Amino acid sequence: MLSAGSGNTVIKSKLISRRMFLLSISKAVVVVGVLGRLISLQINESTKYKTLSDKNRFREWKLAPERGLIKDYFNQEIASNKQVYQIHLIPENAGSIEEVFFRLKSILNISDKKIFSLKKKIAKQKPWEPIIISDNLNWSEFSRINLFLHELQGIEPIVSIARVYNDNSSAHVLGYVSQVSAKDLKNKKYLKDMSVPGMAVGKTGLERRLDKEIIGKVGFQRYEVNAFGKRIKQIKVNPGKAGKSFKTTLDLEVQQYTAEILKDKAASVCVMDIYNGDIISLVSSPSYDPNAFVHGIEKNYWNSLIKNERKPLINKAVSGLYPPGSTIKTIVALSALENKIIRPLDTVRCKGKIELFGEKFHCWKKKGHGIMNMRTGIKRSCDVYFYEVARRLGVDRLSETAKKFGLGKKVLNDFVEERSGVVPNTTWKKKYIGQNWYLGETLHSGIGQGYFQSTPIQLCLMTAQIANGGFEIKPRILFDKSKNNLKEYLKFKNENPGQPLPTDLLVSNFDLKPLFKNQENIKIIKDAMYSSSNEPGGTSYRSRLEDKRFTFAGKTGSSQIRKFTEEQREAEVKQEQLKYENRDHALFIAFAPVSDPKYAISVVVEHGGTGSKAAAPIAKKVIKKVLERHSLRQSINNLPGDSI
Amino acid sequence: MFQPRSIQSSLSFRDKLKSIDYVLVFSILVLGITSMFAMYSTDGGEFKYHTESHIIRFSVFFIMFFILSFVQIRFWHSTSYLIYFIFLILLIGVKYFGLTSSGSQRWLNFYFMNLQPSELMKIGLILFLAKYYHRVSIENVNKVKFLFLPIFVLIFPTLLVVLQPDLGTAILIASGGVVVAWLAGVRAKFFIYALLVFISLLPIAISFLKPYQKARILTFLNPEKDPLGAGYQIIQSKIAIGSGGLFGKGFLNGSQSYLDYLPEKHTDFIFTLFSEEFGFFGSIFILLLYGLIVSRIVKIGNLTRSNFGKLYCYSFATAFFIYVVVNMGMVLGLLPIVGSPLPIMSYGGSSMMAIMLGLGVAMSCRVYKDMPVN
Repeated sequence: MLSAGSGNTVIKSKLISRRMFLLSISKAVVVVGVLGRLISLQINESTKYKTLSDKNRFREWKLAPERGLIKDYFNQEIASNKQVYQIHLIPENAGSIEEVFFRLKSILNISDKKIFSLKKKIAKQKPWEPIIISDNLNWSEFSRINLFLHELQGIEPIVSIARVYNDNSSAHVLGYVSQVSAKDLKNKKYLKDMSVPGMAVGKTGLERRLDKEIIGKVGFQRYEVNAFGKRIKQIKVNPGKAGKSFKTTLDLEVQQYTAEILKDKAASVCVMDIYNGDIISLVSSPSYDPNAFVHGIEKNYWNSLIKNERKPLINKAVSGLYPPGSTIKTIVALSALENKIIRPLDTVRCKGKIELFGEKFHCWKKKGHGIMNMRTGIKRSCDVYFYEVARRLGVDRLSETAKKFGLGKKVLNDFVEERSGVVPNTTWKKKYIGQNWYLGETLHSGIGQGYFQSTPIQLCLMTAQIANGGFEIKPRILFDKSKNNLKEYLKFKNENPGQPLPTDLLVSNFDLKPLFKNQENIKIIKDAMYSSSNEPGGTSYRSRLEDKRFTFAGKTGSSQIRKFTEEQREAEVKQEQLKYENRDHALFIAFAPVSDPKYAISVVVEHGGTGSKAAAPIAKKVIKKVLERHSLRQSINNLPGDSI
Repeated sequence: MFQPRSIQSSLSFRDKLKSIDYVLVFSILVLGITSMFAMYSTDGGEFKYHTESHIIRFSVFFIMFFILSFVQIRFWHSTSYLIYFIFLILLIGVKYFGLTSSGSQRWLNFYFMNLQPSELMKIGLILFLAKYYHRVSIENVNKVKFLFLPIFVLIFPTLLVVLQPDLGTAILIASGGVVVAWLAGVRAKFFIYALLVFISLLPIAISFLKPYQKARILTFLNPEKDPLGAGYQIIQSKIAIGSGGLFGKGFLNGSQSYLDYLPEKHTDFIFTLFSEEFGFFGSIFILLLYGLIVSRIVKIGNLTRSNFGKLYCYSFATAFFIYVVVNMGMVLGLLPIVGSPLPIMSYGGSSMMAIMLGLGVAMSCRVYKDMPVN
């Protein structure tokens, strides 16, 4: 077996070669296969794999942009930004999440509950996405973290920028920012691709209204990372773009002054420029600390806000609904004059009550006012006089005038929380209540009770549009330097005293919209308001300002929360004797100065009792403050038409 | 027709030097130097441990290869069985004294190096069967009783390696043995029978597989199914090779390997790294080098007179070819990840030693091409 002959060897050798040849063919096939694969990967699909390789290589971390500022008319910052100290955790860099939290707990004051929710969040996101452990540390905590940093793998101390509100006076107007919620992401398209940890969005007020522009553009840091997620080197940084800053028409000093006066009351004040509609002040009280929301509100504080019966979170100036009460009498009177229902000197006798349609209608003055005409009726706020006027006028004509002057619809477009109120009439009642209108309800409407609902800012607009001579203005809270036609017109009028302009020329030359049929009627109402505030017997006479520079003309009002019972009426129960929540809301509207009106104001004090006692004194102080700052305001922005 | 033995053994050293296949030597050197650059790149562009020890190993074993080339082919023939048995004993020794690393017991500690006998067995088995079939007459090759010994010497070490467990090396050892048997003229039907037996035993074998080995096979079938788990290696390797494109990312610029996306870049995935940095042309360069080496060994087989030499050279060339394509097929995602080094390129002393030993024997077939073995 072992000694093969040489011939055999040759045969064997040939066999081997033959078989080797077969093997070589199959080798060639295999080589072609490998080659084909190489061509497919490195040539045909190379682009795809290059993209995948870059996807591996680069990782981007988004940077939250700096939010724009919100300033007042004098460029004072109402909402600014400040440096905050934060610590972030990048889970994949931490050896053990448990250990990091354990160490953190010994360094910072951090609750188990918070740790639990953080862990839940970590489980949901990608391991390289940073999670904010604490977004607002004080300096000593921050330095302590830095001291122990070597023991805290995955923890990164970050100096960041966050919103800060300089005072609480404008909390309602500005609103506040807070962490992006899932709902925000769903509802707001501009937040797409902006999911940056620590990003805050406007939740209410102007912060919400301006959010899209004020929020800025997200930046990013692009790093080359290795397979373990470690950052190797920075490739590119795009710092993003800070949000746009906004200037408002507000006067921060007036805001603060007003807020101080309103402190602890459930009240609101609205001050408006009667020519250009600039909102000078819009304060709602009690206020809250908007800074508390920026870094996540504490439960205790939140509960205290929610449980407070004076509702600090509500912007009462735009979303508080109150029956206008006697302040509506200006409009009732104006409507009656415009519709020629009554002449100014026509009289009505007030005996303290009248009986109509089988119902008793009481005047607020039990003994009655005696003989009343339009001027005295407004001056002394006689209910019986206005019952009679309203009866003759009818609710539909009244509602027409009231709507014209700004009631029943939103004044600003800026606040989602603003409400439109109700100006009732027969069709409204049919539509919303499904009943016919009772004549008795016309009488209630005539003194601003019943279905009437208005916001303080609507009352302010109404007053402003009476005060400026009956022209429509478009209130605004964001600074706007566009030309003011109304002032142009007044300038023209001052320069050409002898030349009355017919209404149609007003419209075409100055693009003004007169709300009156006869401007004389407006004057009559303004004069009656003057008497109400400045003549003895006027309802707000006690709060008058005698200095000619500040003298205002106003109208008080109180809106009933609960109808007086006969017994209470007989016993002459005073508002102060009632329980807080049963007291009337106190209202006051005014414009000033009388000689050359510039501003309108509305004050509402919830459960304040009577307008003359609770609301007018506040208006008096605020008016003085606003007028004192008038020349300063004029000087700050040289606007066309300002110098009248 | 044979030249007298005396002439053969009286070759002068100059004659021997002259008869060395310098194309082959040159190809090996170029490949070795290329592998040093690749290793330098795996070390992050620094002269570190892997590069250093790779250079030392290559140099030492290259010299060994050169020296072995001058050992007479008769010696290899006469000691074939002995070499096989030494390697087998080492392999058995692994089972009792072997070092365990990442769940696999493969190495023997010899102080100056950790030896992986399974790598040596690749050559040992070829030597054994080359001698065996050299001696079995052509009439007897296909007699059943002459099949027992080859089957035994093939199965026994293969099983030992499978149980280490090291599926990749086991397959490579077995394939080397199968190639010798094929070349020796064992009929195709026997291979078919063997295949059928193997397939019928496969379910039983699979039940013995470790979970990670099962996962690898499943992963090969669908790597995208578990991109961060078992499929990670294949996907990242394909990304690296594909992103290399035509010209590559440049030396020391392979982001996939630099940033550690590439697993096992020193050993099994060294081709991936090279391909990423030097692109399609780099890959072709490597393929050509291997092609050259394989064809030179085949050429030696053509030249050598003894059937032992022919059997050995053809088998070794084919086995070498299989090592290369299995590794490439693996990193290119054509084959499951079984763990097989790329000859000479990959980091690993035993593999280098085994390949150089194999090449040395082949070269001695060249030098003593006319010398009869018995």
